[in-house]
Amino acid sequence: MNSLNRNRFQTPNGMSRRHFFSHLAGASALAGSALTLGNAFAANADILRRNRKSAILLWMGGGPSTIDLWDLKPNAATGGPFKPIATNGDLQICEHLPMIAQQMDKLSIVRNMSTREADHMRGRYYMHTGFVPQPSIEYPSYGSVISHQLSDTRPELEIPPFISVGGGSEGPGFLGMAWAPFDVDSNGNVRNLDMGIEPSRLTERVQALAQLENRFVKDKRGSAAAEHVKVVQKTLQLLNSEQMSAFKVDQEPTEVKERYGQNNFGRGCLMARRLVETGVPFVEVNLGGWDNHQNIFATLENNLLPTLDRAMSALTEDLSQRGLLQDTAIIWMGEFGRTPRINGNTGRDHWARSWSVVVGGAGMKPGIAVGQTSDDGTSVDGTSYTSENLMATICKSLGISLDTTFTSNNNRPIKIANGAAPIKELFS
Amino acid sequence: MRGYQQLFGFGLSTLAKRKGLLMSRWTRSSRFIAVLLFLSFPCLSTDNCFAQDSDLESQISRIDELVQGVWDAYKISPSEPAGDGEWCRRVFLDLLGRIPAVAELNAFTSDKSEDKKKQLVKRLLYADEYTEEYARNWTTIWSNLLIGRTGGNANGSMISRDGMQKFLRDSFAREMPYDEFVRQLVSATGHTRPGAEKFNGATNFLVDKVNMDGAAQATAATSQIFMGLQVQCTQCHNHPFNDWKQQKYWEMNAFFRQTRAFAGQTDVDSPILADQDFQGESGNVDEADLFFELRNGLLKVAYPVFVDGTEIEKSGYVNLVNRRDKLADMIVASSYMPRVMVNRTWSHFLGYGFTKPIDDLGPHNLASHPELLEFLSVEFVNSGFDVKKLMSWIVLSRPYGLSSISNSSNESDDPQLGQPPRFSHFYLRQMSAEQLYESMIIATGKAAQSISFEEQEARRNRWLRQFAATFGTDEGDESTTFNGTIPQVLMMFNGEMIREATSGGTGTIIDQALSDPTLKGNKAVDFLFRAGLSRDATRDEQKLAQTFLVARNGDPREALKDIWWVIMNSNEFILVH
Repeated sequence: MNSLNRNRFQTPNGMSRRHFFSHLAGASALAGSALTLGNAFAANADILRRNRKSAILLWMGGGPSTIDLWDLKPNAATGGPFKPIATNGDLQICEHLPMIAQQMDKLSIVRNMSTREADHMRGRYYMHTGFVPQPSIEYPSYGSVISHQLSDTRPELEIPPFISVGGGSEGPGFLGMAWAPFDVDSNGNVRNLDMGIEPSRLTERVQALAQLENRFVKDKRGSAAAEHVKVVQKTLQLLNSEQMSAFKVDQEPTEVKERYGQNNFGRGCLMARRLVETGVPFVEVNLGGWDNHQNIFATLENNLLPTLDRAMSALTEDLSQRGLLQDTAIIWMGEFGRTPRINGNTGRDHWARSWSVVVGGAGMKPGIAVGQTSDDGTSVDGTSYTSENLMATICKSLGISLDTTFTSNNNRPIKIANGAAPIKELFS
Repeated sequence: MRGYQQLFGFGLSTLAKRKGLLMSRWTRSSRFIAVLLFLSFPCLSTDNCFAQDSDLESQISRIDELVQGVWDAYKISPSEPAGDGEWCRRVFLDLLGRIPAVAELNAFTSDKSEDKKKQLVKRLLYADEYTEEYARNWTTIWSNLLIGRTGGNANGSMISRDGMQKFLRDSFAREMPYDEFVRQLVSATGHTRPGAEKFNGATNFLVDKVNMDGAAQATAATSQIFMGLQVQCTQCHNHPFNDWKQQKYWEMNAFFRQTRAFAGQTDVDSPILADQDFQGESGNVDEADLFFELRNGLLKVAYPVFVDGTEIEKSGYVNLVNRRDKLADMIVASSYMPRVMVNRTWSHFLGYGFTKPIDDLGPHNLASHPELLEFLSVEFVNSGFDVKKLMSWIVLSRPYGLSSISNSSNESDDPQLGQPPRFSHFYLRQMSAEQLYESMIIATGKAAQSISFEEQEARRNRWLRQFAATFGTDEGDESTTFNGTIPQVLMMFNGEMIREATSGGTGTIIDQALSDPTLKGNKAVDFLFRAGLSRDATRDEQKLAQTFLVARNGDPREALKDIWWVIMNSNEFILVH
């Protein structure tokens, strides 16, 4: 390669030279400068890490029967067969969650959730965003909002700040595709990582690509053209990043994997811990199958509850032992709860009026039950909370100002968590 | 109609296919005679049928007029018309689901005739060489709509994806009028799997939607897809935003209560969708009723009543009154059906419909161009529900032909900013996963490869499955991860198809560029740009190519690999513009 060429290729269009080479040069002569850059980060890392907040959302797709898990009604005719057991917190939970019961000194249950969306897609959107679906605005989901707010506190992060394990989550809405969830399966496999060409040749291609893309962006054809450029940049950052090893759950010792459970959700929770340790501000782990219109009790007892019990208890315990729980919020929820009555197929149907979510960590008050439902579970007694209140609570726990205001795609000011108040019992 | 299909062979006779509308109204025994009659009918060549459509010009100018009215009202000047190459790429992507090959592009751009756009649309819609691709494209789109991207892939599903696709392919290849198409989907009975004795692929639309939850999914999907009515929330309560009441939901639901799906006795048996007598929930077959619960706990009774208030007999006996047949009759005669189809079709080509979402029509959701929606709906009905005519009006209209480059007066016309679309420039949109796949087949130069149709489909389904994600609900809600994020960029950087396309092996675009003696130097680079972006390389891009050539020590094959990779990874490639 002659010198003219070198200059041609090393004068990138629209992207910094250091940016590329720090990630792509590998063992070349430029590795030195990349290393220096790395050291600069290392010097600040401790300070940053001290204030580094994260959140893990355990998403229960289908709408979990919270009356059978967190707010049992053993004396009600339709309370179902499960018995409550004592925990090490100041509350009782389902007998089929014995390991979580031993972690309830670190978690709290909000038993007075009351929402109005009992359709899967609407409920899913509402619980993920704090807003009901509207045709004119696409609201950003938890992961997009939180990673958007927290990513400044971790300049060293090379992998995406919002990772969704084993499910699709909800999108970034008006924050743009750069804040979209990065989906991985629970084995942490990311497809198509191996480039199979020389890093220098990739660099050349990527620089030429920037030239083509920028020409198209300058045409003023709409935002999609520029969004693509941003995502290409994020992809390049991710390639060759050592932080990718956070996805490799298999590197954990067998006994750790056993503790979390050798299933998708167990591996997902274990990956969530590794990702938070690496600095990822938001991880969503999905456990589906809660839409139990029929045969609910056997499904819960034999299948869902043992899976949940292992993974969630191990995750809570590990975060606590590693000193991460004080800065990491855990949210357990689905799109709604299930009917306090039992239908003709021994199932429970959709129910949004009175149900529970579980939260913990990041300074939220642990070991308590917030609010209560009526004796048969069909309504909330006293104060009730909504998705907006819950989102405000999580933001507050992560140190995100509730005065934060976004500008939506149609130029309207949108308050974070729709301007709602946090759940006060969790901060007293 | 299947017998008729077999009689002539697939894709053999476009002229016979054109007569689907009439055919469907003929009795089985007179079909053969009918076809013979058509053979001597004056408007039989596709040429004549299209040209004689004297309405075409007036439909197009009415569309232009109505869209122009909105520009005037908002003081917007539209963008310039798109260049030939850009328009050609767009129309191939939207009608056939893939980018044009270089030969196809060159034929269009070098054509000097005035009506060349009309000629191209005519060819893509009616010429035998494109019948199969046209049918495949619309089969894909409708499969995703009717059974979802994952329908038929899950364990325990009674859907046969092959069966659904076979029905759709036949319908589109044969140009079944839309009313007949809807009627067949709504009222289908028979076996779901191809090869079964009473195979009817149309059954796959409802087979997984009738058994659970008292046919809740069948009610919701039929209302939404064919009538533009979103009723799923009214199962449990009156709708907060529109005038749908819970009572109406259950009256609609009552039409599906005679229908059951049965899994086969063994795993080799085909599942069946069948109608049987509905006993009624209180056991009186003569007035077969169902009950639903209001939010206050009171029970109410419901019988089949169409949304416009038309009641049918209450009997649950199938031989006295077949409820789904009645429902199909009322849907196809309603004004709901053409409106939502027009809205869907417009949205397919222009990127946005007249309402958002496109299948939620009604007084609560005002259309951006109410007069145009009405006009197209009426004309669609008058055309005998001829979907290809509807498409040609839209594709040949002025708004569809505009450039995606905005000017100072129409920059704010951006539906992404929450504004209603004014269609004053073409809106950028990402290719669908299916469009990308078919385009990469063109881009790898593998289009002519001789593998069986089944093998092609299997490869495509395998590739597409990587983007499907489900949400773990009983309603089978799903999304696609093909949404312009990192995994997609990685797939374009490194995926198997890209590697194949940039390998430079025999038959690839690179190989074609190098083995054609007329494509020397710059022209080889232009060939690649035409293949991927439907345009020539700019001067800067030619310089870039030179730089690659030097960097690869003068080896053109290696340099073209780099350029081809860059082209295929660009925003300009993956966006429809």
